[in-house]
Amino acid sequence: MSRKLELIVLGILLIFTVQFIYMSSTTDAEYGGADGEAEGVINEITGGTYEPIAEPIWEPPSGEIESLLFGLQAAIGAGIIGYFLGYYRAKKKYENELGYKGKSKSEGDRHSL
Amino acid sequence: MHIMEGFLDTPWWQIWFAVSIPVILYGINKLNRLVKEKREILPLLAVAGAFIFVLSSLKLPSVTGSCSHPTGAGIAAIMFGPAISAVLGTIVLLYQALFLAHGGLTTLGANVFSMGIVGPLVAYLIYKAGMKANLNFYAVVFLATAFGDWATYLTTSVELALAYPAGGVLTFGALLSSFEKFAIVFAVTQVPLAIMEGAVSALLFKYVVNVKSDILVEMKVIEDSVVRKLRGIPT
Repeated sequence: MSRKLELIVLGILLIFTVQFIYMSSTTDAEYGGADGEAEGVINEITGGTYEPIAEPIWEPPSGEIESLLFGLQAAIGAGIIGYFLGYYRAKKKYENELGYKGKSKSEGDRHSL
Repeated sequence: MHIMEGFLDTPWWQIWFAVSIPVILYGINKLNRLVKEKREILPLLAVAGAFIFVLSSLKLPSVTGSCSHPTGAGIAAIMFGPAISAVLGTIVLLYQALFLAHGGLTTLGANVFSMGIVGPLVAYLIYKAGMKANLNFYAVVFLATAFGDWATYLTTSVELALAYPAGGVLTFGALLSSFEKFAIVFAVTQVPLAIMEGAVSALLFKYVVNVKSDILVEMKVIEDSVVRKLRGIPT
């Protein structure tokens, strides 16, 4: 099966990575969050008078804990995606091999991931 | 990057809740009906939701020297439509507001509106138009999800500009001037990230079409003839 799309995506990822490596080594950009920068713009527009009307009810106590929770979020998502794509792939493969169509309407071709 | 907790004053945070809540309720209703009629879509729903989970946790560096994250909501929009995407987006935004101090509960309405409603709506419309025009399927998915992502952050900029017009008085000129400033922060940072989101979304769609196209055909997301063409099966 054709891997054209994979190659294109890989190319885009490479351009992105090279751009980042180049930018981060030639400039002293801080790579802070865009939401923090928006806070700066708000301060600039209001002359620093704005007081947030609410505070987060809980904040991760450190950057480490925060990255733990972000990592957890990504892991949960990736696990679910991998589980179901794998499940469907195997299901299709064995249905084809056994010649079993049953109620499933999946087509009997040999293409898979 | 979502609007931070407490950074939308009265009346704006209430307004965005008022706009978003009906859409979420409609989405929940639609979701219930869909699940009752076709239980077999549940795994696909989980995949679409999980994709939002993964992508919105990845804070990526951008050419502007700051970081932001993609939304991942475009896939759900294409598969299930904007209303159900709003429900999925709300779940992710709640997780981030409660556990990560990212976004916030008072700004939830505004963030749902940009990430769960406008972004998916744009993605959905571009997808439908592109498929009607018979363009290449993956190219259409790329365009739909990339522009959907970008539209989310344009909306965030508009929401902030409305709440913080330059000079404190809401006139068209003040709005525009503030919008420019927020758009530089959000929308420009987002351009490369939107392209990444589009590319990864197209790839995930390829795998879903490969293993489970029958459900997509049944839900009228994609036509049988397109699936056959993508797999190189003669019709």
